[in-house]
Amino acid sequence: MRLTVNGVEWDLAVHPMKRLLDVLREDCSLTGTKEGCGEGECGACTVLVDDAPVCACLIPVAQVIGANVRTIEGLGDDHPLQRAFMDEVGAQCGICTPGMIMAALALGPRPSLARIKVGLAGNLCRCTGYEAIYRAVRRAADATSVETGAVRP
Amino acid sequence: MRGSVSRLTLVRPRTLSEALKSLRDDPELVPIAGATDLYVALNFGTLTGSRYLDLWPLRSLRRIHETEDVLSIGALATYTALIKARMVRERLPMLVAAAREVGGVQIQNRGTLGGNVANASPAADTLPVLAAADATVVLASHAGERRVPITQFYTGYRKTVRTSEELIIALEIGPVEGAQYFRKVGTRAAQAIAKVVMAAVRGEAPRIALGSVAPTVVRLPRTETSLAQGGSIDDAVQVLQSEINPIDDVRSTAEYRRRVAANLLRECFTSAAPPGG
Repeated sequence: MRLTVNGVEWDLAVHPMKRLLDVLREDCSLTGTKEGCGEGECGACTVLVDDAPVCACLIPVAQVIGANVRTIEGLGDDHPLQRAFMDEVGAQCGICTPGMIMAALALGPRPSLARIKVGLAGNLCRCTGYEAIYRAVRRAADATSVETGAVRP
Repeated sequence: MRGSVSRLTLVRPRTLSEALKSLRDDPELVPIAGATDLYVALNFGTLTGSRYLDLWPLRSLRRIHETEDVLSIGALATYTALIKARMVRERLPMLVAAAREVGGVQIQNRGTLGGNVANASPAADTLPVLAAADATVVLASHAGERRVPITQFYTGYRKTVRTSEELIIALEIGPVEGAQYFRKVGTRAAQAIAKVVMAAVRGEAPRIALGSVAPTVVRLPRTETSLAQGGSIDDAVQVLQSEINPIDDVRSTAEYRRRVAANLLRECFTSAAPPGG
């Protein structure tokens, strides 16, 4: 079974009903994507499939054959969103953070606060109270446009 | 994950006709689309079936289009597709309102209208909308197609008239005359299953549908008649109370559901700009 993760092609012998989340963590050793609730409520396992945020805990891996999967590892270590989450203390325990950042990545350039709230409604955080997360997403948008003049991602 | 996938199989048809042949040959085959309910059931130990038919790649079932005055929504249209479709926004804003309240964006990108109909939950967000809009379920099998009004599609709790050979391929909706209304009441604004969900059309022929107050989604024909004949809202609330049969469960109580259903009816039929329209 061939799938593309962060631009890298994988040829894996896995059960077609294995969850994308488990394939990423166990077969690709990409453990940045976390399992929270395992039922599509918390968004901790959010990855992008063809640029759309989805819960990797609910997808049979067979359904992403031929698609482009993007995980938190695909951002490298110095993405403006990652820096902003650290600067604004948008991460505390860290379990929700990779999913939160992937959902934020899909919001497009300079999202309004209202749009951020809707776009992150599927990502639950039990530590921060969300305010720091909203600030981080807005700060990352500002930083990106100031530093590079380009829009994310 | 608590359940194991090793005993599960996945059949992957390339076309609709291949899918229909597979269903004819294997009555145990369970169709899946975005799979948003599958692993939840697996984890809870309530998964039915072990052989699945993957409809996700069938692009022909994603189409949203108009034929004369009928809006046809392919069963595999996702909630995100419904929110984005101009045709749906213009003709059926209450469906867009419902789609926006299904889970978060992650679920909206995967969950499908046909899946919501097939899953047959009495708390499903889109079913009151389809009932209030007098939608028709289009079923296909290897032998042909048939059309069933959504109000006759459900026969009991999680039971439908769909046979094992049939696939829901589309929902058809005729013109809806009047102001549309949608409101879901849950424990929080996002990511909640409905305690009560109502869709309605306020016009000369009022239509009212409720979810989470009976084993299936229900229309309220006597309440509708009361309003159509110019009865007061207080009278309509009285009639509504005799037409619904809510229960106590993990999400709410029968008493709370009765009060909320009454309040939603009042909001829909008395406020200047009812939400979801």
